[in-house]
Amino acid sequence: MEYKLTFKEYSEALKENRLLGLICQQCGTVTSPPKMVCGNCAGTDMEITELAGEGKIQTFTSNNVAAEGREDEAPYVVLLVELDEGPWVMGNLVGIDPAAVGMELIGQKVSMDGNKVFPGDRYSDGESTRPLFRLQG
Amino acid sequence: MRRVAVVGIGETKFGPAQDKTSVELFAEAAMEAMTGSNLKPKDMQALFLGNVLGDFSEGQGMVQAFAAENIGCYNIPANRYEGACASASMAVRDAFMWIASGFYDVVLAGGVERAATMGTAMATRTFAMFSDSHYEYPAGITFPALFAMLAHLYAAKYGIPLEKLKEQMATVSVQSYRYGMFNPKGHLHKEVDVAAVLNSFMVSTPLQLHDCCPFSDGAAALVLTTEEIARKLTDKPVFITGVGQASSGPLVSQRDYLPRLKAREISAQRAYEMAGLKPEDIDFCELHDCFSIASLIAAEGLGFFDYGTSGEAWMKGEAAIGGKIAINPSGGLKSKGHPIGATGAGQVYEVTKQLRGEVEPERMVEGARIGMTDTLGGDGGTLVNMILQRGW
Repeated sequence: MEYKLTFKEYSEALKENRLLGLICQQCGTVTSPPKMVCGNCAGTDMEITELAGEGKIQTFTSNNVAAEGREDEAPYVVLLVELDEGPWVMGNLVGIDPAAVGMELIGQKVSMDGNKVFPGDRYSDGESTRPLFRLQG
Repeated sequence: MRRVAVVGIGETKFGPAQDKTSVELFAEAAMEAMTGSNLKPKDMQALFLGNVLGDFSEGQGMVQAFAAENIGCYNIPANRYEGACASASMAVRDAFMWIASGFYDVVLAGGVERAATMGTAMATRTFAMFSDSHYEYPAGITFPALFAMLAHLYAAKYGIPLEKLKEQMATVSVQSYRYGMFNPKGHLHKEVDVAAVLNSFMVSTPLQLHDCCPFSDGAAALVLTTEEIARKLTDKPVFITGVGQASSGPLVSQRDYLPRLKAREISAQRAYEMAGLKPEDIDFCELHDCFSIASLIAAEGLGFFDYGTSGEAWMKGEAAIGGKIAINPSGGLKSKGHPIGATGAGQVYEVTKQLRGEVEPERMVEGARIGMTDTLGGDGGTLVNMILQRGW
């Protein structure tokens, strides 16, 4: 069975600020990041859908110790965002001082504000993209 | 199914970067285990070895075959297990199953890792391989960052003010450091108080340096066999009476079940059911405290404390020796250390020593008859639990 929405397709779309997912034709659940089966019913009849990129912060951290090769990025804020369509995605929070964030972030509404490409390193299979989010209002 | 006993245990010191190869480290642990079991290398029918990052730390793949040959276990089948930090527990569980099923009578199981040798930057990078490399690593996720997010989620979900949670987490670390002081094979031997934890370097909010376990080098090995053979070899066989293993997908797929880890709850339930025991029957547990918050999440997922209350339990001494259940009398990953591919075998080593009454008096769980292990790989991707009981 052919994979409906590959990582490469997802990542290339994200580079154009389009956040993609899969909508299940059986139960209506939206799955993103994409998988072979629906995250709810494990059905395989899914269509590609574009997500609005809006949601709320479920949790976060301000990270001071980056991995090898990414030291220049620290400090940075990592988020788990629950999108309005249902899926949870991982991204970064921009437009804030990473040293000044706290528990008040949890529950706040965010909108996707572009993307950032990780160019890859000697361990990875090429570049990959993550969504950037900004607090609403 | 046949009963399966641990009859030999061996462990190197867990510690900072060592001038020994993975094969050498495992060989030392394995010879100690075989000698202690009164069996010889020629008696081992298979080697099941946990090793996660040997390819990166020393450019060595397929270490299990070289290790088997090095210790005189010539030409036996040798399997490597990779389930991130739960690798050695996977190896031990498989050894248990093959002996229980009747296929093998004697298996050498264990693990080895040189995480410290890689240094912090490379270890941070390679450990991050156990998150989703395509959908999560681009955002800069690291293991401290991952558990840091679980800590914030835990505070929000259970309505615990972050300052209070941080004090609870610090108490977890302080207890582990205290027991670790008396573990001669442990990595860190230092007294740390709550103030020192809260003043340590901020790694990834809210986790500080003393909330995090060290990167360690080390190896551990176990000889497992049938009850019939065990009774001939030792007066003190320790039986593995329950095992469980489960998996989960990437963190984002675990969604609103978080900060609980479903794989642990399924794995632990299987172990309890097989052993015919309940959480309240367990005298002590070596659980996966890679970070202080991980201890709280683990103790609740294993059924020792109610959800959202285990920090309070630690504060009251309920997780200490003499409390409701003794957690990590070895010092845990926090103090004993975390050579990731060996950690699970190290936990079984510790539980076996405790049940035999062979540990230092300062960290002895007096009269313990039932112990448990809990090993977590990745962000809940692999979970293994084992229950061990005195056989005398």
